[in-house]
Amino acid sequence: MKSAVIVFPGSNCDRDMAVALEKITGQKPQMVWHQDTTFDDVDFIALPGGFSYGDYLRCGAMSARSPIMAEVIKRAQAGVPTLGVCNGFQILTETKLLPGALMRNARLKFVCKDVALTVENDTSTFTKDYSKGQEILIPVAHHDGNFYADTETLDRLEGEGQVAFKYAEDINGAQRNIAGILNDKGNILGMMPHPERMIAKELGGTDGCALFTSILNTLG
Amino acid sequence: MTDVNSIKITPEIVKEHGLTEEEYQRIVGAMGREPNYTELGIYSVMWSEHCSYKSSRIHLKKLPTKAPWVICGPGENAGVIDIGDGQAAIFKMESHNHPSYIEPYQGAATGVGGILRDVFTMGARPVANMNALRFGEPEHPKTRHLLAGVVEGIGGYGNCVGVPTVGGETNFDPSYNGNILVNAMTVGLADADKIFYSAAAGVGNPVVYVGSKTGRDGIHGATMASAEFTEDSEEKRPTVQVGDPFTEKLLIEACLELMATDAIIAIQDMGAAGLTSSSVEMASKGGVGFELNLDNVPQREENMTPYEMCLSESQERMLMVLKPGREEMAKAIFEKWELDFAVIGEITDTGRLTLTFGGEIVGDMPIASLVEDAPEYDRPHVPTPVRETVDVAAPADLNKAVLDLIGGEHLCSRRWIWEQYDHMVMGDTIGRPGGDAAVVRVHGTEKALAISTDVTPRYCYAEPYEGGKQAVAETWRNLTATGAKPLAITNCLNFGNPERPEIMGQFVGCLEGMGDACRALDYPIVSGNVSLYNETNGTGIHPTPAIGGVGLMQNSDKMASVAFKADGQTILLIGETKNELGASIYQKAILGEDTGRPPLVDLDLERRNGDFVRALIENGQVDTCHDLSDGGLIAALADMAIAGKIGATVTVDDSLPNHVHLFSETQARYLIAADATVAETIYKEAQDAGVPVSKLGVTGGDTLTVGDAVSLTIADLTAAHENWMPDFMAAAE
Repeated sequence: MKSAVIVFPGSNCDRDMAVALEKITGQKPQMVWHQDTTFDDVDFIALPGGFSYGDYLRCGAMSARSPIMAEVIKRAQAGVPTLGVCNGFQILTETKLLPGALMRNARLKFVCKDVALTVENDTSTFTKDYSKGQEILIPVAHHDGNFYADTETLDRLEGEGQVAFKYAEDINGAQRNIAGILNDKGNILGMMPHPERMIAKELGGTDGCALFTSILNTLG
Repeated sequence: MTDVNSIKITPEIVKEHGLTEEEYQRIVGAMGREPNYTELGIYSVMWSEHCSYKSSRIHLKKLPTKAPWVICGPGENAGVIDIGDGQAAIFKMESHNHPSYIEPYQGAATGVGGILRDVFTMGARPVANMNALRFGEPEHPKTRHLLAGVVEGIGGYGNCVGVPTVGGETNFDPSYNGNILVNAMTVGLADADKIFYSAAAGVGNPVVYVGSKTGRDGIHGATMASAEFTEDSEEKRPTVQVGDPFTEKLLIEACLELMATDAIIAIQDMGAAGLTSSSVEMASKGGVGFELNLDNVPQREENMTPYEMCLSESQERMLMVLKPGREEMAKAIFEKWELDFAVIGEITDTGRLTLTFGGEIVGDMPIASLVEDAPEYDRPHVPTPVRETVDVAAPADLNKAVLDLIGGEHLCSRRWIWEQYDHMVMGDTIGRPGGDAAVVRVHGTEKALAISTDVTPRYCYAEPYEGGKQAVAETWRNLTATGAKPLAITNCLNFGNPERPEIMGQFVGCLEGMGDACRALDYPIVSGNVSLYNETNGTGIHPTPAIGGVGLMQNSDKMASVAFKADGQTILLIGETKNELGASIYQKAILGEDTGRPPLVDLDLERRNGDFVRALIENGQVDTCHDLSDGGLIAALADMAIAGKIGATVTVDDSLPNHVHLFSETQARYLIAADATVAETIYKEAQDAGVPVSKLGVTGGDTLTVGDAVSLTIADLTAAHENWMPDFMAAAE
């Protein structure tokens, strides 16, 4: 499985994502600079966490307009599995590849801790190695993870199985405790928690591994 | 634009620059003429306490700084130690006290930014941030505001830069009511043969400015940091710099990318006193001159004067000397990262700092005099009187005293703080905040660095010598408790006004204690910072020599942690408990007193007990360990039980009263837990090694029980421990 990690100025979980991908897929991902306009023909694209452009203007807003994003949007719309974690999720909503927006946490503070998530969808490219209703422990580290969408969108996301993960309890004010969502085709996942941080016992757990093995097992 | 150099130098202007009349005459002597306004400004910052260490240098020279594993000791941007396999750890701690009191968010944020730059300037990728914070008493009206702002500032900067903030310490005491302390530490990793230094070389080589543009922020920051606070200090808000962590992140990546080439001869960050101090230090270390054309300095604001450009403390800037002909290649890297890059001068053989602006020379000073002629004072100092030994009374109710202690401001969980820091980014944090020391893996290896920041200002105030020893010993013990071998320390020496003999006595006493401890533990000082004049309206802070210790673990799989791991394990106490409740946290928090001698540090015993415990962890006999410090035995037991969600039943003998057993802060002690048969072996090994050991009890159940003295459920302990800080801070909202 060939993958690419897109690197923006201010990305800071790019290395962590690359380490996780190499550990689980056995292949080093291609690191793609945001100013580039194309990259290798990969099976999987990751938008890592961080503070691209310092979160200035709006989280992810400037990165969504980086030169490389035209190509990312094209491939994601063509069906290439695409994962955005934390700032990557924010970028995906800014590009409209995913609906909704990530607002400032309800308590206004940055929050970094392990949180319990419930798996809401166990059939997607990203989640099939989990089972529905399973509780997993994955850390969050964000200031702006409070997911917002209008009621109609929220109903549709829940009704169509597009909610991948929910927080087991409220941590940032997100509507319906939504932690991660899929697009309607199921090939794009955006999530605030960091699965790439939970890939080894010594880091606090291995509940993030199944997300990557799901992709690997789907793509081969 | 007014020509500032036409301003006539008057005694008032000299005084405003924080210089005495004698110091001014010394400048005139060094220059052979009266300085102009720009030159006066430059001398004033270079000779400020903050930059010149004029009151402290004479004492700092006595500290031990060498060991076979020390690659670079004090004097460079940060200290460097060898951690084997061709790798080096680079680290330093620095204060940002006065700015943080005036503007807590930016003060703390730029403190983090500054110490990060000190470390990556030397070629290291920063891998961990730590901090040591002191606030006033909780009841003080500013404490919440300052705590909230400082924590948010540290997080705001470190989180964005993507370097994990893995731990630290926080104290509350009325002596910091008007003068909080914000000490930030960064640890980085580099290849041992790719360390970058600041000594400029090569006449004609280009002097290059990179990073952010220069603005008017932070002018006179170093001078502010060298004076006492008064009630109008808040008017100095404009002297606080503004940080931009996004630019810092770009600067780290750009510098490390350039450092991977061979283009750089010397590099130095622009910290306190900005362009002035960086160019003077680089030129001074290289024994060369600098000619700088200030017209080429990237500027954020219009009509800046030479004076302002030289003294600005705008953040996220670096100065480099490049090999000739490498400018274009270097420029391309900085342009890729969207950072300014400007050749602003060249190296000369004049030994002078020559500044030109608008085609005219606006400053011309002998570099040696800016550094070497700075005054050095042996200020009068009187030792702090040794206290009497006292008997400290028992509490009315032991259970309540325990809950009050671990559920009060001194010993409660700092979770509210560290959950605002990204402590996991970079994917190597294997010992998270809340343990004895933070542990960060050396990326891609089995090795790990343990890091701890410590000092007990109560002890330093009671007896500076013992307090100085204890601060060093406590970091050593905290590193040891994870299984790491302590290698070296950095420090941040926060004291009051050195012109007062009793304050200077505290300084000298603490340094003597630190020096003795470093020597006895083979634990040299490789970098540090001095922050004096921590006073408001004549009231000094408790002497606070914060120590940042770094240790190395060869096999991080063996790391020990505080939490009880299983039911039915035997709990052993390594070390002997004495009646040492003077200056203890029990005495302060429960009885509201501060009398008696602090615990005395026996450095031989410290070393023997610590080496014994570390060996147990290294050879896999023990993975549960906690050192004993503030709050003594019962606080340590409570930490272990809360972290592991497992209770314990222990007994203490009748050699001491129960409250002494529970709360005494005798040094050189550890708690360990192991399966019964392993514990039996350890017990014998300890006796053979002459290490005091006692069997305290067993783990298990949902209650922490000490004989018939204490019985508290884990649920009650946890609630008390976790709730204090969120409740306290919520009261502000």
